[in-house]
Amino acid sequence: MKGIAPIVFRVLVHLGGIIPLLYLLARYQTNSLGPNPILELEHQTGKIALFFLVLSLACTPARNVTGWKEFIRRRKALGLYGALYAFIHVLIFISLDYGFDFNLILGEVISRSFIIVGTIAVAILIVLTITSNKISVSILGSGWKKLHRLVYILSPLVILHFAMVTKGNILKLQGNYTLPLIYAGIVVLLLVMRIPTISRAIRKEKKNPGSMPAE
Amino acid sequence: MSSKYRPNTIDAAEITPKDLYLSRRNFIRSTGLLAGSMVLGACVPAIENENSPATLTPMGPSGLTDEFGDPANTLYEITHYNNYYEFTTDKDGVAGLAKDFQTSPWSVEVSGFVAKPGSYTVEDLVSKFKPEERIYRLRCVEAWSMVIPWIGFPISRLLEEVGPTSEAKFVRFETVMRPDEMPGLSDYSYPWPYQEGLRMDEAMNDLAIFATGLYGGTLPAQNGGGIRVVVPWKYGFKSIKAINKIEFIADRPETMWNTIAPKEYGFYSNVNPNVDHPRWSQATERRIGETGRRKTLMFNGYEEEVADLYEGMDLTVSY
Repeated sequence: MKGIAPIVFRVLVHLGGIIPLLYLLARYQTNSLGPNPILELEHQTGKIALFFLVLSLACTPARNVTGWKEFIRRRKALGLYGALYAFIHVLIFISLDYGFDFNLILGEVISRSFIIVGTIAVAILIVLTITSNKISVSILGSGWKKLHRLVYILSPLVILHFAMVTKGNILKLQGNYTLPLIYAGIVVLLLVMRIPTISRAIRKEKKNPGSMPAE
Repeated sequence: MSSKYRPNTIDAAEITPKDLYLSRRNFIRSTGLLAGSMVLGACVPAIENENSPATLTPMGPSGLTDEFGDPANTLYEITHYNNYYEFTTDKDGVAGLAKDFQTSPWSVEVSGFVAKPGSYTVEDLVSKFKPEERIYRLRCVEAWSMVIPWIGFPISRLLEEVGPTSEAKFVRFETVMRPDEMPGLSDYSYPWPYQEGLRMDEAMNDLAIFATGLYGGTLPAQNGGGIRVVVPWKYGFKSIKAINKIEFIADRPETMWNTIAPKEYGFYSNVNPNVDHPRWSQATERRIGETGRRKTLMFNGYEEEVADLYEGMDLTVSY
């Protein structure tokens, strides 16, 4: 798997990471975010963050299925773009939305359950971001992998946060839960694909295509 | 009644007559101005009328304020940020979907414990009750707010006209159901039609109005045209849109959001910064068009006018 494909993939990842940000900035500058631009920015950055988080989660299963190692090489960039949009999301909440009024923000964090969930997710994301460099990998050794398994907690938290902020009643499927449910389905699938026995079976299948399962 | 909440009360004669609107709408249509946004066109009354209460452009400030001196939201904001699930749950999407919704002619069926039941046309009500401008804050239960210059008349005027009997303890309102024009009605998970209700004494309060217009013009479809309720001291969903039925009843009516989630949306739903929604705080709100947050006021700032309606009630229980 040599040639142009890895370069194209790499360029696509970075264009995909940067273009939405430029697009949102352009919409902000031209006042075309609708009547409630702050909420629109919060919604969009949140959705983009979740999108990249899920893409980064998909890298390992995608490699296992296809055998293409480039997925693993771009996993970190995808995760960091997710973190970037998540941090912008939080920054907008603190600045434009709450005007740096930390008393007010603290009150909201305590009283609004979806913000509590979001805050825990952001705390995890900060830890993962800080330790995403090579130095941390060498310092933490085998602990690094364990630490970064926090992503298994992070992604359900983010989807829960998304579902909680969606209007309606999820138990009655009232309101627009399509997107949170699609993400929940994808994440469940991706996590199931990482269960060791299942993941091994997928890889085995790949190594000996067409072979029958062992008796 | 105190003039506190309507500093810009205007003479009925200054409200642009309907035929002038319609002719202007045709003018706008024929010249292609605001092409593709006929609803907007229909509610831009003041573009070239020197007699209108305010010369405004849809995107710009009107100079109108509420009694606290806070500016009215722009016509664009008011007509493009609407919670109106009969069209869509997407607030930015209602204006587009409602642009062909017919708001005229419009009639309302009055029934129940009432001396003079029957069908009343909005045209007749308007000519009889002489709507006036009421600049009210609208506080949505989702913690955002606007200042809106409604045109309307007190609900009490209609009540005096139709004469509810002593058995009537509540008044129930119902939103029109037109599946062909309201695509959101195809979501059967909601208990359509939208219903709302008030206690008789709440309905009699002078702040409670039927709105038939805004910004000196007719009431755009996305804002609840042909006719809607506006009860500014309650969360926005109590101010039911596009009503075609008014019923006087003895028992508390089943209201839309209270039926869907009784723990989240009470029958009274008075704006109250001290009683949080189970999923979010009601202590603050975002005024559309502003950054940062405002502190939410008890009864949305209309405490003086309405607090006596709830004397002796525990508002944390009767939320």
